[in-house]
Amino acid sequence: MSTLVFDADEAVAGIRDGATVLIGGFGYAGQPIELIDALRRTGVRDLTVINNNAGNGDIGLAALLRDGHVSRIICSFPRQDDSWVFDDLYRAGQVELEVVPQGNLAERIRAGGAGIGAFFSPTGVGTGLTAGREQRTIEGRDYVLEYPLRGDFALIKAHRADEAGNLVYRKTARNFNPVMATAAAVTIAQVEAIVETGGLDPETIVTPGIYIDRVVEVSSPETGPPPAPR
Amino acid sequence: MTEHLDRGPLSRQEMAALVAGDIPVGAFVNLGIGQPTAVADHLRPEQAVVLHTENGLLGMGRAAVGSEIDSELINAGKVPVIENPGASFFHSADSFAMMRGGHLDVCVLGAFQVSVRGDLANWHTGDPNAIPAVGGAMELAIGAKQVFVMMTLFGRDGSPKLVRECTYPLTAVACVSRLYTDCAVFEITGEGVAALATYGVTCAELEQRTGLEFAAAAAA
Repeated sequence: MSTLVFDADEAVAGIRDGATVLIGGFGYAGQPIELIDALRRTGVRDLTVINNNAGNGDIGLAALLRDGHVSRIICSFPRQDDSWVFDDLYRAGQVELEVVPQGNLAERIRAGGAGIGAFFSPTGVGTGLTAGREQRTIEGRDYVLEYPLRGDFALIKAHRADEAGNLVYRKTARNFNPVMATAAAVTIAQVEAIVETGGLDPETIVTPGIYIDRVVEVSSPETGPPPAPR
Repeated sequence: MTEHLDRGPLSRQEMAALVAGDIPVGAFVNLGIGQPTAVADHLRPEQAVVLHTENGLLGMGRAAVGSEIDSELINAGKVPVIENPGASFFHSADSFAMMRGGHLDVCVLGAFQVSVRGDLANWHTGDPNAIPAVGGAMELAIGAKQVFVMMTLFGRDGSPKLVRECTYPLTAVACVSRLYTDCAVFEITGEGVAALATYGVTCAELEQRTGLEFAAAAAA
């Protein structure tokens, strides 16, 4: 059952040293910055974080890395114009990196949430990223065995929730959030507004409340600096 | 095969225009980060091309300006964009299912190197000091029905980027079908590489400079 919680600090209570934490977002879009800030305040250490990136600028995931809470990150695209926090830590050997192709990352998390033991993916066949891994040829095409990813916790961001924990998202802030919501022992969502049960059209719900353990309202979330024009 | 000798090599915008002109009407297309994004500027409305961006949007429009800029509406390069009428949003696993499942018609990518078999190297220079970052490159390369690559034919040091064997780490094997460069456009098939057109240079000069032999192009 989903529980509405009063604030972000209460929402992240119970995340222990060494936990694996799925964190939603693609850059700043859909990144649950206030939940990450609360996680930082717990002082937890030695986290394994799974995110598409490895932090942007100096806030949110980047601040979690900067302050030494993360020992390992599994992501697809760490290196960006504004990933200086991660870049310095990585070059100093202070954070371990596992690079996973973005679609494999999403599908491994999806599999983790869907009870799939493993699956064969055509991505990366014949490349260094899959060297030495189990392969199979199925109907003439080559595939590599991929294992699911799960977290002890997932921190996600959605647009709105109802009191039953059903979630709707907004535009490209959806990204990894719905799949991550399914793949953790405890999923914690921050949303801009919580409406009463029945206040969301069931036809539009993207994440059913069964996946959501705690919901916190952050009505004016940090969204990062204005995106750079093209 | 046409040798355009009354002009110099293609500019980036001319390459982008050529790519845009070769995209079929009604195609679902992903334009990779970097140089391929320029292709969007040359697509004609009557082509009715639908752009996919792997962070979860089909029906991506042009770059957003002014009050259109929305931090929750970005492309895979994290640039703010607008949504076109008929657009749809989806999560990352669905976005890559769309790609990996062969539903996209064309993907346009940049490259460090392409081999004569269509192997693609575009994600990592292999420099041990570089931070590896693959993003969606490997799925883009294997997923679309056709993969077009845009790059200069020669590196800054003059070495060819169309090669017998890629020396940079591979993104995917035998995936490139068409290669657009400043000096020539090539088709890559199981039979080898054929020059479809050259710009400011003859085919024979390109064979000499690349050390490759080009097959006769199928009737274009």
